[in-house]
Amino acid sequence: MSTHRTTTAPEDVALLGGGRDLIARQLRRAPREFSVGGVGTILYAAMTIISSFVIGWITDDVLFPAVDAGEITTASLAGAALAVIGVAAARGAGITLRRLGAYYAQYRLQYRDRIEVTDRYLDLPLEWHRRHPTGQLLANANEDVEAASFIAAPLPMAFGVVVMLAVTAVLLVITDPFLALIGFSVGPLLAFTNFRFQRRMRAVASKAQRLRAEVAEIAHESFDAALVVKTLGREDDEVGRFGARSDELRDRMVEVGRLRATFDPVIEALPNIGILAVLAVGAWRVDQGVVTPGTLVTFAYLFRLVALPMRVFGWLLGELPRAVVGLDRVENVLGEEDSVWYGGRNLAKDGGASAAAEDVGYLYPETDYEDLSSTSVAARPSNDAERRGIESITLSVAPGKTIALVGPTGSGKSTFAQLLVRLFDPDRGEICLDGHGLVDLDRSSLASTVSIVFQETFLFNDTIYNNITLDEPFDEADVLNAAKLAQADGFISQLENGYGTLVGERGASLSGGQRQRIALARALVRQPRLLVLDDATSAVDPAVEGSILAGLGELDTTVVIVAYRRSSIVLADEVIYIEDGRVMDRGTHDDLYASLPAYQDLIDAYEQREEETP
Amino acid sequence: MSSRSLPLQETEVQDRMGAAATIRRGLSLSPELRRGLPGTLAIAVVATAGRVIVPVAVQQIIDGGFVEGGVDMGFVAQMTLLAFVAVLITAAATGWMHLRLARVAETALSGLRIRAFRHIHDLSMLHQASEQRGVLVARVTSDVDQISRFMQWAGLMLIINGGQAFLALAVMLVLSVPLGLVVIALVPLIVLMIKWFQTRLETAYLKVRERVGHMLALIAETVVGAPVIRAYGIETRTRERLDEAIESHRLAAVRAGSFSATFSGAGELSSSVVVAAVLVVGTILAVNGSVSIGTVVAFLFLVQLFIQPVQVMGEAVNEAQTAVAGWRRVIDILDIAPDVADPGPDGVELPHEPVGVKFDGVTFRYPRPGETAAAASGFAALRDVSVDIPARQRVAVVGETGSGKTTFAKLLTRLMDPSEGSVAIADTDVRTIRFDSLRDRVVMVPQEGILFRGTIADNVRMGHPDASKRDLMATFERLGLEDWLNEMPAGLETPVGERGSALSVGERQLVTLVRASIADPDLLVLDEATSAVDPATEVRINRALNTLTSGRTVVTIAHRLSTAEAADRVLVFDNGELVQDGPHTELATESGVYERLYRSWQRGTVV
Repeated sequence: MSTHRTTTAPEDVALLGGGRDLIARQLRRAPREFSVGGVGTILYAAMTIISSFVIGWITDDVLFPAVDAGEITTASLAGAALAVIGVAAARGAGITLRRLGAYYAQYRLQYRDRIEVTDRYLDLPLEWHRRHPTGQLLANANEDVEAASFIAAPLPMAFGVVVMLAVTAVLLVITDPFLALIGFSVGPLLAFTNFRFQRRMRAVASKAQRLRAEVAEIAHESFDAALVVKTLGREDDEVGRFGARSDELRDRMVEVGRLRATFDPVIEALPNIGILAVLAVGAWRVDQGVVTPGTLVTFAYLFRLVALPMRVFGWLLGELPRAVVGLDRVENVLGEEDSVWYGGRNLAKDGGASAAAEDVGYLYPETDYEDLSSTSVAARPSNDAERRGIESITLSVAPGKTIALVGPTGSGKSTFAQLLVRLFDPDRGEICLDGHGLVDLDRSSLASTVSIVFQETFLFNDTIYNNITLDEPFDEADVLNAAKLAQADGFISQLENGYGTLVGERGASLSGGQRQRIALARALVRQPRLLVLDDATSAVDPAVEGSILAGLGELDTTVVIVAYRRSSIVLADEVIYIEDGRVMDRGTHDDLYASLPAYQDLIDAYEQREEETP
Repeated sequence: MSSRSLPLQETEVQDRMGAAATIRRGLSLSPELRRGLPGTLAIAVVATAGRVIVPVAVQQIIDGGFVEGGVDMGFVAQMTLLAFVAVLITAAATGWMHLRLARVAETALSGLRIRAFRHIHDLSMLHQASEQRGVLVARVTSDVDQISRFMQWAGLMLIINGGQAFLALAVMLVLSVPLGLVVIALVPLIVLMIKWFQTRLETAYLKVRERVGHMLALIAETVVGAPVIRAYGIETRTRERLDEAIESHRLAAVRAGSFSATFSGAGELSSSVVVAAVLVVGTILAVNGSVSIGTVVAFLFLVQLFIQPVQVMGEAVNEAQTAVAGWRRVIDILDIAPDVADPGPDGVELPHEPVGVKFDGVTFRYPRPGETAAAASGFAALRDVSVDIPARQRVAVVGETGSGKTTFAKLLTRLMDPSEGSVAIADTDVRTIRFDSLRDRVVMVPQEGILFRGTIADNVRMGHPDASKRDLMATFERLGLEDWLNEMPAGLETPVGERGSALSVGERQLVTLVRASIADPDLLVLDEATSAVDPATEVRINRALNTLTSGRTVVTIAHRLSTAEAADRVLVFDNGELVQDGPHTELATESGVYERLYRSWQRGTVV
């Protein structure tokens, strides 16, 4: 938009373009609220200007005549007082309406974006979730949404100030060209200074903010590792590390002070200088008989009233970059159209399900990290073995049987377990339940047929009971039975509030093994026809684990377990040995242990740990 | 066990020191703050004085300039010039004040932050109170930031606005006492209105914060729990809960916003009432000839200058309270005396040879709030323990959670001192051993592999800062870990990520073992890991542990009884007491705590 605007840097042009689109979008999304704000701000602008004229009118037509005449009528005095209060009341109403409109608009925008963003989160495939760091998704629904809505606050005000400035300019020109000259030199200078100040302040403030986060991070890391710091006598090094960053933060904050020291006085002095100029020039014009003393007072007063709100431009322009970036990320999430497609087939409700996989392959995408901003896509080295995919797996499980998936870390066991319950879909091949492809199954039929329990338990901040039922109306007796089967009933009953105990955020008040058993009860109460346990009892005491697995053996559910412990593995009807994403062999534990050296090594390695640690 | 330790809860702290006492104590801790303070305040007075220049100039020009039948331009020019110079001086003073304040305050606060950080490391509560670490982090971050924000913004506002209101009032009274009294008479009205709104605003915003917290927690559950939500098909339930929380946040926010909007409207109206009153009374007085027209017009400006600060003062006072509370929390931390003191250069230096350990009648009690560790009268985590561990012995310490076995290890490494009795290493009371010597000879390896952001080499070097690259490689080789290291993308220089997050749990443990090994301690205290690790890494850990422990005195806090089986000697703790002491073979056959533990273990793993 600007080949001739040489003072504007290219990024400013892009920003203004983005800002224009942002404002247009937000106006469209909260039209009623912004209309109220608009009406309010026009009332406010009009009354601000009128109030200074009332002061001028009072000076010329009430004060001077009264003093000249040596008397004053009650009527004109009351008129003056009423005019002042009346205009102020109308201006107050304008301010209230303006701000009400701004608040309602801001929170309406946040509301809509948050609802839509979280709605996308719930619909987007898990693969998408996997590609985006948790922190970023949280920030998107919170800070980004807020940043994008923030321009709603200064927008009506800015509009009002534009109206005020335009009217003031016209009035100045009509009244007196000399006074106008003062206004036209002070006004733009003030606006420019404000803008520069906000720009530079924002740059320093965001640097300080980043440093603040780093200081906190070092403190966190250092206090978390207090034991190491202490036992290795590293206190001085830690203080050095922390101190260096803290001093950097200090330097930035001093810079903030320096910026304020430069700009604050200028922004404060400019209107005052304007008023003084109005006084001097105005007095000269009064002397010439061109304007009245009242006019002089009017404009002196008006300068005061208009100068302060002009800061809103600085504020608006200062907020824009953050808002544009925030909206960009929000819209990228809203624009993700990917979702999981479900078929309509319903499966039988009882008995163990049969499961089969035919040449299933799955490779995680090479780029496993994506930024929500439209520009950057960064690759992160993949060292989490769980990200490796599956080459080719073909296997079948008969109804009611238990199979164990065994293999070294990174062999693809977990990935396969998750494919089996359709947390995502394979790239190649097909997985069937009762002979029907997973993709053809109805959403709720699939959910009621299969249950998976993860190694990393996730509990909601709710009661134990609700964490098991997830708000589905199960019989209380069924819930208790599931908890007993998961060997959870014992410790739950010992808690003061029993099943009504709040588990805290992410189940923080419980031990890892307790959390795993609640997660297991959650799966069992659903009486799934296929139960997938992905190393789901790793934190449970071996003795308790044995009881759990023995209990599971009595159900007619088909069970697939990913396990390390021999005690778990031997309970399976069949063991599938997986390495590098392929099925290497299958059979009973005893057969494989005798015939397959790799399998034997793996089992022994684990046993060795159990027995030989000094 | 940890919550019994020290007064960290904010409510408890709040009552301990008044605001004035806090500021006095704070200033004595950061004397830099006081340096140059009178100068800064003097400059602030000049900066504030400038704010009444314009109204005074208006009054002067109207009264002295507008003479009978014309304008005295000479007088006007003189007045304007004078006022202009005054405005420039004010601007310079404002700038200077900002600069001085920022420099002094930020330097002092950074010093305070670093001091508090160091002090927290010296306090033994740090490793007792794991769940309170977040609170401690806040002491050196947000609490100090609060003071800084106050110093640079609200505090400044308080000084300048207070000064401005005061000066405006003074000028009013100088110009006309009766008109000034009219303004003063109306002040209580405005203050009452502000108070009324502020109480409601505070409640409303408190509710907003609560709702934000609830909403964010639900969003976090949605993101973190995505696999569970997908696997159990509970999208609808989750969506309903989310939408309800988002809507209830909007309602609370809009309600608070409405109060705030009405507040500004009412503020406008109330100041206009003052203006109208001044106008009516002023005109009557002007007609009487007791005040000039210029005075009445100047009052219109002065009223604005007076009311505007009154309106923002409430906010600044609130911020001042938060800042003082933050300061108090930092001071409270600094006022806790470290309970484990370094004897310093006069202390004993341990010889570099295998050492024995001796506990003599050791009792450890947690201090109640306000107590020092020496005079602690709280819960006894360990009672009257006496034990003699000869050099090179491998000892396993077993017991249930809360039995006192971790306390035993912390006393052994002098992370805490006993309330009664004594702990001796190589026949020397640990309290007399120099810290650097003690930390050199005694190393504790915590169960979770705790790493710092940086490379593998950085993390290993913490055990021995001067180690060369060749030393590092040699240590990896000695522990049989060179093949693992070679698998790392950049070998020694592989970044481990934030808190070691780029490595697996087992790999993190490997790095901590190497770190302990290169430190070459004589007494090694191992806090065994409980979390499961994949078999290949298990093998490596075992191999490294075997090498690491050979030839040293080793005390292992065992979570697996296999560890106890392999040890020379087992110490069994129960409920704070040492109840059994002997080799595994002996203890396993006599009835007691150990036998019970042993049986349940056998049931678990041997099928």
